[in-house]
Amino acid sequence: METLSHLAHGFSVAFTPVNLMWCLLGTTLGTAIGVLPGLGPALTIALLLPITYQVAPEASFILFAGIYYGAMYGGSTTSILLNTPGESATIVTALEGNRMARSGRGGAALATSAIGSFVAGTLGTLGVAFLAPVVVKFALSFGPAEYFSLMVLAFITVSAVLGSSSVRGLTSLFVGFVIGMIGVDLQTGQPRFTFGMSQLLDGVDVIVVAVGLFAVGETFYMASRRYAGKDEIVPLKGSLYMTANEWARSWKAWLRGALLGFPIGALPAGGAEIPTFLSYAIEKKLSKHKEEFGTVGAIEGVAGPEAANNASAAGVLVPMLTLGLPTSATAAIMLSAFQSYGINPGPMLFMTQANLVWGLIASLFIANIILVILNLPLIGLWVRLLKIPAPQLYAGILVFATVGTYGISQSPTDLVILYLLGGAGFLMRRFDFPTAPVIIGMILWPLAETQFRRAMTISNGDWSVFYKHPLSLTLLTLAFIGLIGPHIYAYVERRRLRGPEHVPGDA
Amino acid sequence: MLNRRRFLMSTAAAGAAGFAALHLSPAFAQDAPQIQIFVPAAPGGGWDQTARTMDQVLRSEKLISGSQITNVGGAGGTVGLPQFISQWNGKGNSLMVAGMVMVGAIIANKSANNLTEVTPIARLTGEFEALVVPAASPFKTAADFVAALKADPTKVPVAGGSAGGSDHILFGLIAKTAGVPAANLSYVPFAGGGEALSALLGNQVAAGISGYGEFSEQVKAGALRLLAISADKRQEGIDAPTLKEAGIDVELFNWRGVFAPPGVSDADKAAMITLVETMAKSDAWATECKNRNWTQILLTGDDYAKFLAEDTTRIAAILKDLGLA
Repeated sequence: METLSHLAHGFSVAFTPVNLMWCLLGTTLGTAIGVLPGLGPALTIALLLPITYQVAPEASFILFAGIYYGAMYGGSTTSILLNTPGESATIVTALEGNRMARSGRGGAALATSAIGSFVAGTLGTLGVAFLAPVVVKFALSFGPAEYFSLMVLAFITVSAVLGSSSVRGLTSLFVGFVIGMIGVDLQTGQPRFTFGMSQLLDGVDVIVVAVGLFAVGETFYMASRRYAGKDEIVPLKGSLYMTANEWARSWKAWLRGALLGFPIGALPAGGAEIPTFLSYAIEKKLSKHKEEFGTVGAIEGVAGPEAANNASAAGVLVPMLTLGLPTSATAAIMLSAFQSYGINPGPMLFMTQANLVWGLIASLFIANIILVILNLPLIGLWVRLLKIPAPQLYAGILVFATVGTYGISQSPTDLVILYLLGGAGFLMRRFDFPTAPVIIGMILWPLAETQFRRAMTISNGDWSVFYKHPLSLTLLTLAFIGLIGPHIYAYVERRRLRGPEHVPGDA
Repeated sequence: MLNRRRFLMSTAAAGAAGFAALHLSPAFAQDAPQIQIFVPAAPGGGWDQTARTMDQVLRSEKLISGSQITNVGGAGGTVGLPQFISQWNGKGNSLMVAGMVMVGAIIANKSANNLTEVTPIARLTGEFEALVVPAASPFKTAADFVAALKADPTKVPVAGGSAGGSDHILFGLIAKTAGVPAANLSYVPFAGGGEALSALLGNQVAAGISGYGEFSEQVKAGALRLLAISADKRQEGIDAPTLKEAGIDVELFNWRGVFAPPGVSDADKAAMITLVETMAKSDAWATECKNRNWTQILLTGDDYAKFLAEDTTRIAAILKDLGLA
């Protein structure tokens, strides 16, 4: 109950007109930068850091938190409409969301993502308020061995996105591994696959790869088929928002996404991408409309991952506020803002800066409400984008992708990479290789490799760490069940259908 | 017409005056010039914060009228450095922020350019490093840690920042003075201080080395034990010996400083040194440094150049021992 009185106090801080104004400004700005590929929340907050010299700490953190949450909402818009993810956390949203937009359900995809973000964001923020001390204990028990086992589990589950041909899917996945390895190896400091170019030493940005493969590749493919086929995009079919059936299919996915996103977001090396992959895989597995995945677009495949990424955004705040641990680029920059006020974030923050922390948490609730109010009416405006004739629309996407990529690092090298990958994306599309596994491979592989080598360094080369740690063993067991479970299930089903008289030894 | 012509001429004159002020000759120093700061790192990191804090303090002290900050990030600064050398050549009103990390990155990345090609202006701040262990660790003192390291370095995994960075370098130096071969060390690099911290709090590793600021709150809360710091002398409010006091003859500051481009005139160089020195001695700068746990270690001009040469030699030797150069 103590938490409730703290929270009530937090609302009294957040509900002052000035702080509400900062919250509105932050969420609007966040939505805008989320829509633009290349401008992420981390960069925006870094550029706004000098504001900390002018305003009170509460005001600037409310602004930053608004930007952070807003970017998570906005990032999905371009993923769905243009197949151009603005944030790495919304890459999975593009998979089904863009299919839905093409088959005339763009409005529903945007609605489920906005409402799902609201539901998950609110649940996640409740988690920050009430569960932070418990969750952080769980998060700290994750060592390199546990992370590696989590990656194994993730690799098993992402087979869901490999597509119909596993050879093609695995080829794409391995291409992703190689792209993920480009750059200086963190463990040894040695460059890999950089061909002597200093611009490649930091690796390739995942947004550049996603935009190159999805948006640029798609544009080339459309251009090549311009006179061969007809326009594929259906402007709008049925109601603008969600139908009753779509609501029914969405709400469980939102809850499952939030349940996955929040704890994984709270892990020091968790991030927002892995829960979105896992959520997508789970929704595909549980859906009664599997045929819609990858064809006309399944709403569960948008609802789950969108909820997961917003809940993980809240999860990231748990180690930041309770331990002073920045677990994402955005959190790290918010921590440096704490420092410019002479506040040292750490285990004492909840006590020493109660005003600030509870004001921030309260403003997260408010930001969520503002965001859903801001985003729902915008849907009507956004879907009109799809009425633009294909040549103009795709030309626009190309300009948008190029400018956005240049915005990430102002590096001409990135533009070359973007168009090379666009060419690769075109060829992959032409010869029917799925592009999503490339992205998943490039995100998961470096994590798995780093954690594996860390675990082995710490254990001094002893493999038993992976099965002697209970948590790691649990995760590996889950992965094993995920791998052979479906086969056993199929086998049992087959036997059941054939009937008992055919069971061997039952003569 | 006449009015308009007069107006145009006066704006032209004002423009010319502004242009002259850009060149930092001492006579114009009072006129609060505009300066340009080149940051060879993405926004948000230590170098970027140094640049933005300098901008803030210089403006509040009315030493400049404003500044323009350019970020070219990547590979520990070795992507930005060649650009600063070639494209900013001779620009007397500009500065680049750099530091020990770049010295290490130049060596490890075998970069074609190095810091002897730019003009040293001033070493400004440093962050000393801390050697910490989890609260439950059997190591009570730095001597315990070194004894365990000597007994079997593979049994003492130490967490810190990226391979070849300041944390790894300090670990190498500690081992070297203890007579432990650097090749046997078990160093576990993490991308950021936060991740290394979580490995320590979760008792995944035996010890951790990073900037004191990364650990200070956990030390105060009793979750980590501070064994020693790498500063030159004991620090007020920190209850731990220096490495030297603990019998390990190592001193290390992860320093940050500023450089002018190559080819600037002696007058511009002198003016820039005066400007930066005035800033570093202001109260506003002292407050900012205190808030950010930066220790002021001001060193200018030729002394700075001499220090840079010595530090480069020391870092090159230890990186070679660690197998990174």
